[in-house]
Amino acid sequence: MDTIAPPQPAPHPASAPPGDLAIWFFILAELLAFGVFFAAYAFGRAHNVELFNTMQETLDRQAGAFNTVLLITGSWCVARAVEAVGRARSQTGARWLLAGIACGGGFLVVKGFEYAAKFGAGINLSTNTFYMFYLSLTFFHFMHVILGLVILTALWWKTRQGDYGPDNMNGIETGAAYWHMVDLVWIVLFPLVYVMR
Amino acid sequence: MNTRHLNIVLVVLLAATVATFEIGERGGAGTAAMAALLTISFIKGRLVVLDFMGLRGVKFFWRGLLLGWLLLVSTLIAVAYWISIP
Repeated sequence: MDTIAPPQPAPHPASAPPGDLAIWFFILAELLAFGVFFAAYAFGRAHNVELFNTMQETLDRQAGAFNTVLLITGSWCVARAVEAVGRARSQTGARWLLAGIACGGGFLVVKGFEYAAKFGAGINLSTNTFYMFYLSLTFFHFMHVILGLVILTALWWKTRQGDYGPDNMNGIETGAAYWHMVDLVWIVLFPLVYVMR
Repeated sequence: MNTRHLNIVLVVLLAATVATFEIGERGGAGTAAMAALLTISFIKGRLVVLDFMGLRGVKFFWRGLLLGWLLLVSTLIAVAYWISIP
């Protein structure tokens, strides 16, 4: 005799985001700070359109685009790491984290060359309003990439040791959320500073 | 989130990055270029929030906060751009 399975209730959405709740309040605070920075840049540009458009031409757009690719790919690697650890594949997860770290390191190298070129040309914070925004905004983000890499390195070490697994995802999800925030901010920063005119 | 979905998201994000770069390389300027850039940026940000950050299956409150930030920032940039047009 066939049995009819009772209808399954629709899955309820999780009430809290992945990882530690505290990191999400931290992420919101960081996004608020970057949001103020972006608005200040945009309204600053509105009063100096010619200067901003001229100075934007002096930026290395290819380097900016390549760095976007590195951060997006790094974010994908970390998402793959979380997914692998969730399926109890810690060593695979550790390798994905290492790939994410390599992408973040690549970002720092490319940005370092960009900064070296600008400082070598005598450009600094007081050169003009555009470069004041460009240097302070991108360096603020640069510092976040460094912190993100420190977090990813700690996650890689613990994942490699098998400290995370399907029943213990909180730490890796918390660190991953921060890294994705760094990517999210650059996704707005790149078109705003390097492309929009 | 399965690996296939994550891989598709990566391809979309990379394609959108190429589109942004191309707009710059072709000297895209003006309201249409600005609207295109902000739209692409919003789509990319939304994918990162929902699929990489893992908020797709989470209560709307959290998605709303992050997507709301993205929308607010995009709106402020658009307003600043429009007031700069003589």
